[in-house]
Amino acid sequence: MKFGVIRFPGTCDDVDAQLAAARVGEAELLWHRDDDLKGVDAVIVPGGFSYGDYLRAGAIARFAPVMESVIEFAHEGGLVLGICNGFQILCECGLLPGALLVNDHLKFVFRQVQLDVVDHNTPFTRNCPPSLSIPVKHTTGRYYSAEPVQVVLKYTEGHNPNGSQDDIAGVVNNAGNVFGLMPHPEHAVDALTGSTDGLSIFESIRTAVGERVRVA
Amino acid sequence: MRARVLIRPKSGILDPQGQAVERALPALGFDGVSKVHVGRLVELDVDDVTQLPAMCERLLANPLIEEYEIIENA
Repeated sequence: MKFGVIRFPGTCDDVDAQLAAARVGEAELLWHRDDDLKGVDAVIVPGGFSYGDYLRAGAIARFAPVMESVIEFAHEGGLVLGICNGFQILCECGLLPGALLVNDHLKFVFRQVQLDVVDHNTPFTRNCPPSLSIPVKHTTGRYYSAEPVQVVLKYTEGHNPNGSQDDIAGVVNNAGNVFGLMPHPEHAVDALTGSTDGLSIFESIRTAVGERVRVA
Repeated sequence: MRARVLIRPKSGILDPQGQAVERALPALGFDGVSKVHVGRLVELDVDDVTQLPAMCERLLANPLIEEYEIIENA
């Protein structure tokens, strides 16, 4: 299978996401000005500071040409994973419900957190263990939604790093094919950095895409 | 026309910036301050002011978490 990783001006986790995805499949970068998704099976919107995060995190990136294609891809059922700034962008463009607000303590937070996988029945978490150790690094990670949402990942009790509503760390859309999370699974794929738990998310996507191909 | 858009956190949503300012003022001797909220100000020249609400809904504010107020002839 082939992953496409989007690169905006200001993205900084694109190469880590590409290297993580390349452990389970092919992975190539997609430029923000290019509306061609190059036939990828899954799209990753990685972390960073797209367009400087001017106005609000993710607010400008949603209007990039590549995002028009990502929105169409998602509406056709394609798998889309948004990490950190990618999660913010997916909320801003309406592919995911809710919004990310500045952390309740107003500080940048960078630490390893423990996560509970509360829904294994998604294309992004089917291969995940019940609990994940993955780092977070953000200033704008406090999830908020006025409507009920499909929660997939929660910070384990005592690990909520930002004041997120109901300890929410990651959500999927109603159709289940768009997933956003604040923690960085692409930074937890090598034992050298302390945890390989993040790999299970990329492996889940590969499994899901493999099943789709067989069905087709 | 010169216009001003004031954007503030929706009421009911935790506003830690407002709270931080509210806590800092008494430390400087300014007492009797409450309900502080911190938002954003966007100033712009615009030919067609009737487009301002759409601009706010689609880009300048995020209606899920923010309220906006348009001041024409600013």
